[in-house]
Amino acid sequence: MRAFVVAVFAFLYLPIALVVLFSFNAGHHASEFTGFSVQWYGKALSNPFLVEALKNSLFIATTSALLAAFCGTAAALGLQRVGARTRALFDALLGAAIVVPGVVIGISTLVALVQLFAVVNPFLASLWPTDQPPRLSLGYGSIIAAHGLFSMALVTMIVGTRLASLDRNLVEASSDLYATPLTTFRSIVLPQIMPAVIAGFLLAFTFSFDDFIIAFFVAGAQTTLPIYVFASIRRGVTPEINAIATIVLCASVLLVLLAQWQLGRRKPSP
Amino acid sequence: MRRSLFRKNLVTALLLAPATLWLVVFLVLPFVAIAIFSVGERAPEGGYQAALTLAQYANLPARATAFWNTMVLAPAGALACLLVAYPVAYYLALRAPQRWRLILLALIVIPFWTSLLMRTYAWMYILGGRGIPALLAYVGIEDLRLINTPGAVLLGIVYGYLPLMILPIYVSLERLDRRLLEASADLGATPLSTFLGVTLRLSLPGVMTGFSLVMILLLGEYLIPTLLGGGKVFFIGNALVDLFLQSRNWPFGSAIAITLVLVSVVVLIVANRISTRLSGARRVDLI
Repeated sequence: MRAFVVAVFAFLYLPIALVVLFSFNAGHHASEFTGFSVQWYGKALSNPFLVEALKNSLFIATTSALLAAFCGTAAALGLQRVGARTRALFDALLGAAIVVPGVVIGISTLVALVQLFAVVNPFLASLWPTDQPPRLSLGYGSIIAAHGLFSMALVTMIVGTRLASLDRNLVEASSDLYATPLTTFRSIVLPQIMPAVIAGFLLAFTFSFDDFIIAFFVAGAQTTLPIYVFASIRRGVTPEINAIATIVLCASVLLVLLAQWQLGRRKPSP
Repeated sequence: MRRSLFRKNLVTALLLAPATLWLVVFLVLPFVAIAIFSVGERAPEGGYQAALTLAQYANLPARATAFWNTMVLAPAGALACLLVAYPVAYYLALRAPQRWRLILLALIVIPFWTSLLMRTYAWMYILGGRGIPALLAYVGIEDLRLINTPGAVLLGIVYGYLPLMILPIYVSLERLDRRLLEASADLGATPLSTFLGVTLRLSLPGVMTGFSLVMILLLGEYLIPTLLGGGKVFFIGNALVDLFLQSRNWPFGSAIAITLVLVSVVVLIVANRISTRLSGARRVDLI
């Protein structure tokens, strides 16, 4: 059984290792490693389209993860204060947001937003005093909102799990000692759930940064890094893509490790 | 007293407001929108025309190949994942040395949170003309085609979704009461019958959770069949991309999407039934 487990770990990591190895290949072909070189990294980072896509992805991931961390935490706190029925309804919707395949989230958001814009844009135009009214369209906003849906559900679940294991005695002790609810929240609850909030933020960021399929539908004219990489893969496999893949993989691994470390912190320092 | 109750409710409402707004605008409304589109008609110029007809659903057989591929390869992929995942989860939960357990678990979780696009690309690289086939050509095996086959898609599926299958099974095995295993052995059961009667049985909720999660995500998979199946092995996801982004037949695409969601719901309900019948349902932590 041990040999089998070792083989599975090799199966999980060897392909990634190969991509990383060949990103340093001096030659052009996957079949032979002709020498060490970082030329593909240079090539990738001097490609203006790629850098633009990378910037877009960073902006979208940061914004959607921040929004998700904020709204998700608030929702997890709010769900502690409602009845079983409301809670079950929220749990079902949040579960749906996580489980429904990305392709369905993508197309349904696309359909809904296009219809919404068709109503809102003429209305805005009729209100606007000048000839150039603002036009809502697909782009940053729609990607952020669609990513934020999954991310918020994720944060709510992670923070909710942490809240469920929170020591109630501390909260009661705090109010017995005449702390206001706000003080109790700031000095007892918040420090305890903070690692879960940070972990949720990091995982939300990773999700948004890596997502292809949702953004593919709702991006409009914008390009994110996965959309750019997908398009270049279809044009042909080059070591330049290996270099980008290596950078993205390293970034995700780092973020996930950070998130796990945060979740593993049982007792935050006072 | 009444005043403070009012304040308490106000705070609760404010805490839940952003999430509610988000869920309604970006989950419920979009779903209602595609439900309405799916009973509509395609306008002559390619948009949507209001109607109340089941014509789009009657047209589903036009994409029978995509449905067939998905309905065969998604359960097959989930099953292949399960067969590989169970021994790994078993080892991690019951056999691995304590100090190694968390590290090994982290090594399982990391691929789950790294880009599926990049990980699928890795296999495209390996199976493609300049990867394994080129190596095999050195030893005399020529013209072997690996990429753009159902086998390549299946391999990509196992590779992509293995972590998601391992985690819930691990959770259910880890919570297993070890005393039951001892009791079974003390009562004279062989290791095999202990495994079948106690371990496997009690881990079935985890197995069902993993299987249904992987299966549902596979029903909507697009990247793996596109990159590893080429134009030959296409899924429902490919049909949806085509209908929404290329041929722009939104009503028909919506009908397919609704069907996909309904199939997913059926999978979830069946899996849930099976696991609650066999023992209590359990929550799964995705991280």
